[in-house]
Amino acid sequence: MQKNAYFTGLTVPLLLLAPQLVITVLFFYWPASQAVWQSFLLQDAFGTSTEFVWFENYQLLFSDPGYLKAFWNTAIFSSFVCVLSLGLALLFAVMADRQIRGAEIYKTLLIWPYAVAPAVAGVLWLFMFDPSLGMLARGLSNLGIAWNPRLNGNDAMLLVILAATWKQISYNFLFFLAGLQSIPKSVIEAAVIDGARPWRRFWTIVFPLLSPTTFFLLVVNIVYVFFDTFGIIDTVTGGGPSGQTETLVYKVYSDGKGGSNLGGSAAQSVILLIMVIGMTAVQFRFIERKVSY
Amino acid sequence: MTVKSMILMSVATVAMAASAPALAQTEIQWWHALTGANNDVVVKLAEDFNASQKDYKIVPAYKGSYPDTLNAGIAAFRANAAPHILQVFEVGTGTMMSAKGAVKPVFELMKEAGEAFDPKSYLPAITGYYSTAKGDMLSMPFNSSSMVMWYNKDAFKKAGLNPDAPPKTWPEVFEAGKKLKAAGFDKCGFTNAWATWANIEQFGAWHNIPIATKANGLDGFDTVLNFNSPLFLKHWTNLVELQKDKTYDYSGRTNTGEGRFTSGECPIMLTSSAFFGNVRANAKFDWANAPMPYYPEAAGAPQNSIIGGASLWVMGGKSAAEYKGVAKFFTFLSDVDRQVKLHTESGYLPITKAAYEKVKASGFYKDKPYLETPLLELNNKEPTENSRGLRFGSLVQIRDIWSEELEAALNGQKTPKAALDAAVERGNQMLRQFERTASR
Repeated sequence: MQKNAYFTGLTVPLLLLAPQLVITVLFFYWPASQAVWQSFLLQDAFGTSTEFVWFENYQLLFSDPGYLKAFWNTAIFSSFVCVLSLGLALLFAVMADRQIRGAEIYKTLLIWPYAVAPAVAGVLWLFMFDPSLGMLARGLSNLGIAWNPRLNGNDAMLLVILAATWKQISYNFLFFLAGLQSIPKSVIEAAVIDGARPWRRFWTIVFPLLSPTTFFLLVVNIVYVFFDTFGIIDTVTGGGPSGQTETLVYKVYSDGKGGSNLGGSAAQSVILLIMVIGMTAVQFRFIERKVSY
Repeated sequence: MTVKSMILMSVATVAMAASAPALAQTEIQWWHALTGANNDVVVKLAEDFNASQKDYKIVPAYKGSYPDTLNAGIAAFRANAAPHILQVFEVGTGTMMSAKGAVKPVFELMKEAGEAFDPKSYLPAITGYYSTAKGDMLSMPFNSSSMVMWYNKDAFKKAGLNPDAPPKTWPEVFEAGKKLKAAGFDKCGFTNAWATWANIEQFGAWHNIPIATKANGLDGFDTVLNFNSPLFLKHWTNLVELQKDKTYDYSGRTNTGEGRFTSGECPIMLTSSAFFGNVRANAKFDWANAPMPYYPEAAGAPQNSIIGGASLWVMGGKSAAEYKGVAKFFTFLSDVDRQVKLHTESGYLPITKAAYEKVKASGFYKDKPYLETPLLELNNKEPTENSRGLRFGSLVQIRDIWSEELEAALNGQKTPKAALDAAVERGNQMLRQFERTASR
């Protein structure tokens, strides 16, 4: 048998690659290049008048205190959501991985929230914690806790963090559980025989073996908080109060879709794109080294 | 918009385009944003019009919320597949009229189609919003509303207030709020939905003070915001003070807080007259509405209120035959009996003077005075430069900025003065940016 299959000429390999390339170009490179082009333009909503303005959209952004605040909001929001959703999901996965009666039911229940659309998840949390409508908000106020996400920025931020975390836990849980179940039982059993206690077993054996899963989830979660959470923020707080829950991706959404400010919105998405490329590069360059497959 | 709905939309567009030539009638696409009972109104109007003649066929299509419908219209225009008629909420008016060639002004349409059309037969407070400074009507008013003060009569009794004499001025509202609070409504004495509509836009018109130069933007895009004036500052300062003990309690930027009135939590709420259907269905107490309060020291207050809701815009680049059909449909819409029926059944404001007079003469308002309150406000006085309406580009974004600043004042991050100044300054930045794209 031939060891290395290779093609002579370019036609066949290009043909085989074509579907993938076409999709990538059509659905990624082309829209991305449009965004870059759009970010240099000043244009009315209907596109009837267009002016090429170089970097003015970017300059405007960085002179806008609201945009700089969105960076800070994003940092708070994304770190809390990532840490909480990964941490809690890992905890739940370890629990569900034990030999307990009815484990299947727990697993199913834990996976459910993933089927809920972000905007719907937002509305659910709003219903629970809206100061007037929410059952839980009423409970809080009966306990004498002044809870008012309509005007208190910290309350609002807490609410969007909880909603975004809740939405993502299921996904993380699923991967962690699969990761845990793929760890050979014999390794754990050997450790038990050696007298290692559960805590030590987890940190020295289980967690390192889970590191590829954790790394993958970290990347996915960062992409989630950066790109997928605007629906939640839109339904829960609309970026308010006073812009205190306005994250970078929400600003892209509200300026572009709500405000028809395509140039400014495109400039923001280009910045976001660069940031995510940067973060992904850092992750794969530095964090991945600590991952053992 | 999700990928799926985009695909569905383009499939639908292709299908519609393919099926069009097969029909002898001229089809007229009408995109709108109304759901439920209001959607039925739209469908019924289209059916009645189609049955009334056989040259044209109105095809209504629901396109999502107001902003979604506007975005769908914009996207369709950029793809050369715009509908003939697009329903746009009042906030989008500036965006629509700035795009030369994208829209066909209604006064031009009616003239070219040779339809009988007298702009003076429409209620000036409604058409003023959709007309140029010269009085040329740009879009056709459709579903209009205004802002009124809803109040809970049972709560008034409980607090020892006269339920048949609601407060007329702001100081009286503050007083009533305090009494209501003392009577057990301790989470909220009074409130409003649509924070900037209530505390900036309607407030300016009702007190006959400007929000911006150039007749609040109606006379040109080089308008400059200037509502950081004494009366606005006084009002904002009052709200901030009263927020501290919840005599006033902020209810958010849109109408999501309206449930606080129907649930009985807030006994006084300023919001749209279109809240009527909801109040009728959900309030388990005796209720009524009254005109918006005013500050008695403001000269000439109350002036007149401005409208909300939406109007019908005609998109550019269509054939003369199609425009003829649109014009016929608008004439059909303006018919007196049809307007009477629309108003009394749906609660929308009538758009013509004749229709209003007819309903008034029939004694309808004796039983349902709450349906006349917004009309009394709109017609309170002849509109002035400050009360004809407002037209700012990027108003959706500007409203967000205004809300942000109001919230910053209410939660104590900024003084009312600093917040008001920032609302003006940041709004002006948006206006200048918009002016550059719109002026050519």
